[in-house]
Amino acid sequence: MSESATALLEAGLAEVAAASDLASLEAIRVRFLGKKGLITEALKGLGQLEPAARRAAGAVVNHAKLALTDALALRRTALDELVITALSTATVDVSLPGRGQSQGGLHPVTLALERIEDLFTGAGFEVVEGPEVEDDYHNFEALNIPAHHPARAMHDTFYFPDGKLLRTHTSPVQIRVLRDRRPPLRIIAPGRVYRCDYDQTHSPMFHQVEGLLIDEDISMSDLKGVLHEFLIRFFEQDDLQIRFRPSYFPFTEPSAEVDIKLPSAHGLTGWLEVLGCGMVHPVVLENVGIDAERYRGFAFGLGVERLAMLRHGINDLRLFYENDLQFLRQFA
Amino acid sequence: MKVSTEWLSEWVPLALSLSALSERLTMAGLEVEAIESIAAGIEGVVTAKIVHAAPHPNAARLQVCQVDAGTRGTFTVVCGAPNVRPGLVGCLALPGAVVRDGQQISITTIRGVESHGMLCSARELDLGDAQDGILELPSTAVIGSALSTMIALNDSVLDLNLTPNRGDCLSVLGIAREVSALTGAGLRGPSIVPVPASSERALPIALLADSSCPRYVGRVIEHVDVTVATPTWMVERLRRCGVRSINVVVDVTNYVMLALGQPLHAFDLTTLTGGIRVRQAGSGERLILLDGSSLELDAEALVIADHQQAVALAGVMGGQTSGVQTATQHIFLESAYFAPIPLAGTARRYKLHTDASHRFERGVDPTGQARAVEYATRLIIDVCGGSPGPTTDATLATAIPRPTSITFRSTQTAQVLGIEIAADEMHELLTRLQCSIQRESIKPWQVTPPAHRPDLVREVDLIEEIARLRGYHTLTESRPAVQLSLNLPPSAATQKRKIRHHLQAAGYFEAITYSFISDEQWQRFADAQAIPLTLANPISQEMKVMRSSLWPGLIAAARHNLHRQQAGVRLFEIGMVFALANGELLQRTRIAGLIAGLAQPEQWGCGPREADFFDVKHDVENLLRACGVKEVEFGSAIVAGLHPGQTARVIAFGQVLGVLGALDPRQSNALDRQGNLFLFELDLEALPKAPVTCYRPVSRFPSVRRDLSVVVAESVTAEMLTKTVKAAAGEHLRDLQLFDVYRGQGVDSDKKSLALGLIFQDSSSTLTDIQVEVAVANVVARLAHDLGGRLRT
Repeated sequence: MSESATALLEAGLAEVAAASDLASLEAIRVRFLGKKGLITEALKGLGQLEPAARRAAGAVVNHAKLALTDALALRRTALDELVITALSTATVDVSLPGRGQSQGGLHPVTLALERIEDLFTGAGFEVVEGPEVEDDYHNFEALNIPAHHPARAMHDTFYFPDGKLLRTHTSPVQIRVLRDRRPPLRIIAPGRVYRCDYDQTHSPMFHQVEGLLIDEDISMSDLKGVLHEFLIRFFEQDDLQIRFRPSYFPFTEPSAEVDIKLPSAHGLTGWLEVLGCGMVHPVVLENVGIDAERYRGFAFGLGVERLAMLRHGINDLRLFYENDLQFLRQFA
Repeated sequence: MKVSTEWLSEWVPLALSLSALSERLTMAGLEVEAIESIAAGIEGVVTAKIVHAAPHPNAARLQVCQVDAGTRGTFTVVCGAPNVRPGLVGCLALPGAVVRDGQQISITTIRGVESHGMLCSARELDLGDAQDGILELPSTAVIGSALSTMIALNDSVLDLNLTPNRGDCLSVLGIAREVSALTGAGLRGPSIVPVPASSERALPIALLADSSCPRYVGRVIEHVDVTVATPTWMVERLRRCGVRSINVVVDVTNYVMLALGQPLHAFDLTTLTGGIRVRQAGSGERLILLDGSSLELDAEALVIADHQQAVALAGVMGGQTSGVQTATQHIFLESAYFAPIPLAGTARRYKLHTDASHRFERGVDPTGQARAVEYATRLIIDVCGGSPGPTTDATLATAIPRPTSITFRSTQTAQVLGIEIAADEMHELLTRLQCSIQRESIKPWQVTPPAHRPDLVREVDLIEEIARLRGYHTLTESRPAVQLSLNLPPSAATQKRKIRHHLQAAGYFEAITYSFISDEQWQRFADAQAIPLTLANPISQEMKVMRSSLWPGLIAAARHNLHRQQAGVRLFEIGMVFALANGELLQRTRIAGLIAGLAQPEQWGCGPREADFFDVKHDVENLLRACGVKEVEFGSAIVAGLHPGQTARVIAFGQVLGVLGALDPRQSNALDRQGNLFLFELDLEALPKAPVTCYRPVSRFPSVRRDLSVVVAESVTAEMLTKTVKAAAGEHLRDLQLFDVYRGQGVDSDKKSLALGLIFQDSSSTLTDIQVEVAVANVVARLAHDLGGRLRT
């Protein structure tokens, strides 16, 4: 018994000395001192010996156990130090740039659009879209702008030879939705619109979001409240000043334009026009077969480029369509 | 519309400061765009006549003038203006006078001659921009009177941006009415006393165009002296309203139009034969207008004709031969009501826009014609003399528009506006607008708007007027109480957003390019049989055809950036493309992307690598996976504008979703750089809705991998190989990786070696070696049989 315990110890010490990492050291510990380890088994075997023999053999086995435990601890310390030395030589320069594909970015017009959509969808408005090549009926007639109406001069329209046109606003989407569905309705219609006008402050193509809410018992004070809150949230200015100014759109009555005052940080002073709106004209409701006595609603049209320019302090509309990466990267 | 406040104050008291007035008008919907001050601070300037002018003894370009300023005396003045001559009546700034920009005049010695004042140009008096000569006044001007008594100094001009519904405000009277309604101040006019006829001379008027012209008022004035100068005050008022002086009769007609909003026209009576006929033009009838342009008329055009021919395009412009000239002696004044819609149609068809047509299109007061004629007659006779005939008023009573009586429920105001307004206040506001009101306690009111407000036809129009006059600041702010509804955003919108954010993360920047491109750009990517959708009125040749692909815009944007030292460009755009198919217009939303230059930003640890086909393919695969499309096939294809050997169609569920490939190198040369450009375009509407994921059990047993290098002919594609492997490997093949393509030493020149990693796994037990070996042997055999493949050793 005692001979074999001594032999176990020797074998164990030799293995400990040869162990080159913490994992193999742990394996050695389990093999000798674990629950079913060789020395543990030897200790369990002592019970079957005569008391006298048990004492002598016990001393030897216990010695083996302690000696091996000590050796393991010693070797562990040595290996720990080796690991630390190894780690210290594997240091990287953490300030080197990371590798891989870098992030792109969304267009500032899209950022503004998403912001508008998020604010209104959060309030239960639904996003709807419509065609960009429109007919006269949806773009004008149904919106109370008959042929030769002076208001048509407000819309420099692109035409196709067959009389179709590029929509001058996203309001025709209103008509398409109203013809298919019945109130109550809450929609916004984002999209591209086109006007035959091109200079520093006009682009022949730009983006609009049309908003429409139709229900019973809707008032212009509701419109004012909703748009004021929208502008506060959009510009993240809790004390944003707004003013409603009477204006004229054939498809709303009463009609208003909304001006805001921005903090002077933007370098813009005075009132800045940001959107047009009004109570849906009863003629428009009648055109799509909705009882204008029972239902009322409000509509508004937001110029997305305009809002993006004001939010980011962009001073030239043409930057949006140049797609210069030096410009686009600023919004990523 | 420009209006002088001095003129305005003639008809309505202006108690407000200029800025307060301008604010009040703006906040009532009459936006004041600019305020221009006229001759502010000019003082001490008198009218004076040059009686003698002689060359300056010491200066070639100066003259020494003796100037008679009436009771003020005669002064010696040195002047260098080219128009200086004896007899000229001008404006003399005496010593002590203050002219433009606060410049004070004093006695000065100019090259040895003492000058006792300054003869002023229009610019020095702040009365215009002319500065190349001194301002000339009519020779009839009273010498020695203060300039301020002849023309109003210290005036301001409001430049109003009027909305098309407010034709009634296109006059001084109209603005005065508006100020009166806003402030409650009473109107002071216009008080126009009819001028009695002093002759019998009249022209018969026949109205032959029904409702297009239901009223035509005319008057003959004989023996008019058109050679007299227009009074200075009138020229000055016209100028301040932006109208140039022509001759005295034309000036008077313009003046009355600015004052009352009723356009007038004056004919030379002797050019008119028989009488006036207001009629539709004959088809092909010709008319030469005042501006010299020659029109060939159609039957829809309304003309003023005599008994022989058309003499004016009604309400738009007079004819050349019938106009008033300096030699004209007898005139015929026209003051008519032309219906807005047909007139606007005519003006637009002939691309004519005049002060007159601008007003008629918006609707003039149908009751104001005679008044305007009387006012003009009075002014003409006062200035040019002459003997007026009787006023002829031809009217089709049934066709004259009449204000409709509007049923107005005072309770409706609160409904629409969301605020309570007292009935008496509403009554007061509508009264100020000159509405006549029948008001009974319980019943709705009957409100009849004045004739000059044809835009007021519905109850809601009156509600707007009430809100406008009170000011929209009196509206409260509330939130609508609406029914809750649980809606997810529609899948198209969600998908667009998902795609945008996915591509952004993959290194792409979003571009927004114009939907119209040049014909040449369009042709590059158009099929041979495609028909361009071309604008009838494009801005330019570069923006003429509706795009049928997003690529031209993206390529132009890439080029812009490559020319600005960008080493790698990744761009995408989501937008509509347009096509004509079998005569039908298709508008579909697409998503397109582009890679040019480096595949990745330059970075340490790996060399720069030019992008290739497989970079863009990887992005397309990932994008489709993000959209829920997991099984995609790529089949080589020929597509207009793309490289014939590096182009693939993207197919899923048996449907073509789009295309990707290299730009045809013959086109990339046009980008002025070597190197390729890779493109993809997918039809957003063809992307299937992502199915709901159905769970499969996750295996808890280990997987086994076997790698095979297979040598096959060049003609064998990776897809053929993987399909064969998948078909032969049995049910336990979980995954298949193609991890190397090798050509070169050890492989015949017309062959290639593809390395495949086969990963086997079972869901219910650990696979045995034998199971795996059988599967692999099966694969090897099938590759040999089907594709002639052999293992590389």
